[in-house]
Amino acid sequence: MHEMGVVSSILTACTKTAEREGATRINEIRVKVGELSEIVDEAMYFAFDSLAPGTLAEGAKLIIDHVPARSKCVECGVSFGHGRFDITCPECGSFFCELVQGRELDIECIDVDLPEEAVAGDRVEEP
Amino acid sequence: MKVDVSKPILDRNERMAAENRLLFDEHGVFVLDLLASPGAGKTSTILATIAALRDRYRIAVIEGDIASNVDAERIKAHGIPAVQINTGGACHLESDMIRRAVDTLDMAEVDLLIVENVGNLVCPTDFDLGEHVKVMILSVPEGHDKPYKYPNIFARAEAVILNKYDTMPAFDFNEDDFREAVRRLNAMAPVFPMSATLGDGVDAWVAWLAERIETQKRAGSDT
Ligand SMILES: Nc1nc2c(ncn2[C@@H]2O[C@H](COP(=O)(O)OP(=O)(O)OP(=O)(O)O)[C@@H](O)[C@H]2O)c(=O)[nH]1
Ligand SMILES: [Mg+2]
Ligand SMILES: [Zn+2]
Ligand SMILES: [Zn+2]
Repeated sequence: MHEMGVVSSILTACTKTAEREGATRINEIRVKVGELSEIVDEAMYFAFDSLAPGTLAEGAKLIIDHVPARSKCVECGVSFGHGRFDITCPECGSFFCELVQGRELDIECIDVDLPEEAVAGDRVEEP
Repeated sequence: MKVDVSKPILDRNERMAAENRLLFDEHGVFVLDLLASPGAGKTSTILATIAALRDRYRIAVIEGDIASNVDAERIKAHGIPAVQINTGGACHLESDMIRRAVDTLDMAEVDLLIVENVGNLVCPTDFDLGEHVKVMILSVPEGHDKPYKYPNIFARAEAVILNKYDTMPAFDFNEDDFREAVRRLNAMAPVFPMSATLGDGVDAWVAWLAERIETQKRAGSDT
């Protein structure tokens, strides 16, 4: 499995974003994983626990949002959800269907802590 | 504080894949990514494809393996340029490995670049290399139930080669079941029964491939 590589890409992108924001730590990382991608949650958590220590994301929570698979029938245009094995139109029975979602592998957002002064400074600027 | 990131996890791979594709299109190189289990007959299929198409296209090969360079040597023995990539344990090729390999080839001298991916029915499906087509090979001894166990690769491939067809009498492979399972996952993909080492069934496969190459060429010259 390639979860190690996937998690190290997630960490690189998230720590870069956090550094740009001047954050002191990352509390939470939220990712979107399509049901049809070859990713196993347990392997993701395992990789995350091994790779996060020593980065801004040490101790952070990894949240995986699953995106169900959906396809659109090329013949009759109906859009429908399905599992991994049978991509058949429930309306007309056609096998000619195009996947519209289910292969996502995206980082959505992170939750970070900013340094005390920055937070205090923000409050002072508020009207 | 919440901060939006909104980018593909494989961002770096996808950006490099897009760059690769631009480079291939600039040079009019058609790229085929071959996926299969270890030993299914990837190298044998490449050799059969070379034998059938070498008079028509200038071919080069990138061999992906966890270790060793025996496959690249097998290709080179036929006078075809080949580059070996050793992934050193990684279960799939990534687009930056392809780029480094491509940099050692003369793209101006190539019409068809065939990539033999690492033997694996799972990981390579998530990784765009910048290829124009992904094709998978299943060999008869692996069994007709594989589309149920590895649906993604069957859904992703644009054609399926059913290799080692000559061994059919020795196995309980149910070809009708297999074709039906493939059709349910991927109705557009043709299935090509083939015996790569004997050369049987190679004609239909290379006819399909040549058609794809020509279609790509026309699309390229339109822009
Ligand atoms: N009977 C029969 N044997 C085949 C056929 N194609 C390949 N083989 C044999 O299967 C074995 C593996 O073939 P390769 O072409 O090396 O397979 P591969 O997928 O490249 O293998 P790896 O790169 O090691 O994963 C060899 O012993 C081939 O001779 C075929 O059509 N029929
Ligand atoms: Mg091989
Ligand atoms: Zn992998
Ligand atoms: Zn329909």
